[in-house]
Amino acid sequence: MREKRRGMATIQFANPPQIYAWAAVGGKKESQGPLSHAFDMLFPDTMCGEKTWEQAEMHLQKCAIYTAANKCDMPVERLDLLMSGDLLGQCAASGYTARGCKVPYAGLYGACSTMAESLALASCMVDGGFVETVCACASSHFCTAERQYRFPLAYGGQRTPTAQWTTTGAGACILGPAKDGASVRVTHATLGKVQDYGITDANNMGAAMAPAAHDTIRTLLSDTGTHPEDYDGIYTGDLGEVGSRLLCELFERDGIDLTQVHQDCGTMLFDSHQDAHAGASGCGCSASVLCAVLLDELLEGKQKRIVFAGTGALMSPTTVQQGESVPGICHAVVLESGKGTN
Amino acid sequence: MELTPKEYQSMVEKASDPSPLWKDMVVAFLSGGAICLFGQLILNGWKNTGLEQKDAAAATSITLIAIAALLTGMHLYDKIAKHAGAGTLVPITGFSNSIASAALEFKSEGLILGTAAKMFTIAGPVLVFGISSSVLYGVILYLAGMF
Repeated sequence: MREKRRGMATIQFANPPQIYAWAAVGGKKESQGPLSHAFDMLFPDTMCGEKTWEQAEMHLQKCAIYTAANKCDMPVERLDLLMSGDLLGQCAASGYTARGCKVPYAGLYGACSTMAESLALASCMVDGGFVETVCACASSHFCTAERQYRFPLAYGGQRTPTAQWTTTGAGACILGPAKDGASVRVTHATLGKVQDYGITDANNMGAAMAPAAHDTIRTLLSDTGTHPEDYDGIYTGDLGEVGSRLLCELFERDGIDLTQVHQDCGTMLFDSHQDAHAGASGCGCSASVLCAVLLDELLEGKQKRIVFAGTGALMSPTTVQQGESVPGICHAVVLESGKGTN
Repeated sequence: MELTPKEYQSMVEKASDPSPLWKDMVVAFLSGGAICLFGQLILNGWKNTGLEQKDAAAATSITLIAIAALLTGMHLYDKIAKHAGAGTLVPITGFSNSIASAALEFKSEGLILGTAAKMFTIAGPVLVFGISSSVLYGVILYLAGMF
């Protein structure tokens, strides 16, 4: 028993599942950012041609799933499982998207860590032999998130310097058992523990999530006996500028220098002149950066091995109003390029 | 070495950029003042049409509310408020914006449960405390007048 478990909390896949194909879609602000060239699809219209923002988010997810499936010549109906999540109450965007896909569906909520969570669980399903092909997907939309967590869009308020901008975007990956040929594989996964250091400012989520990222990445490194320099990059989800600073400081306390390999999807997606304050956030942030840039670089062999660590803040608008602090979570997966390895 | 929440809190304070308070206050002072100046011009305009001071004041409030609601609908108010901050929040225009923005936002949930029900989600507390305190002052004034 437990032959796939390493150390405290890491899963080492016996037959690392392969990511056959992936797709990233984004909205208007994403199309004006530094990664715009890498997206598969960009919508200049925030509504994506739909009637409501919620429908627009469903449209983003649908586009990501169908584009990814198309890339590996697989009809969506032939998927054994769809594992997806978003930020909306009741995971509505994912549930409604799954309505149209007509395949078994498991809805996930890990706040902004959802993409890493779905990749980890989808890999478990594949390595366990429970499914042949599975789609892992996550999305977020600036407008649906704003109305749920903050204020109406047209409300005249000022954002604090530590606030982050919810990504309008989605990412989807199709996974299955490893086949011959160079592609990307998921070798390890570490599901994180919820960490809460008493941050009550919901406008400083990077600070709330940094201890969770620190704990999960440290656990992954110690469970696998690796060091930061063994990876070409350690990519956190959406810590933003403040959270990234704190993460590196937390590792510094452990005597580990993370600054050389650490990057954050939240600081990669937008330029500083895009007025996103501390950076991007949302499930769609890490999902779209992963699917637009990181997986392509692994496929091309530009990067050999990376850690993708999605970070999430698990509060709700109600708990924040009730004075509760913001608990953070981080899930990490190790992704390896098929190129140059056996 | 275990990190305590207190230690982490001080790390967070150091790592987080504070709001530029002085800049915010100066911009709020100037933009809020500009709105008041604009209001005074409107008041003078209404008085020129022959309205009494009291009626002209009411007409000025109505005009400012209408302009702010229009700017909200055109998605211009939030763009101005991003820089003006409390300068656009405190005058009556901010009150108008908080109602109009919520009404627009929840239009997709229908006229009754959306627009009408959620219109006052932000402005509600202003009404509750505004009306309550005016009643309270009224009572105090009444009692004071008895002696």
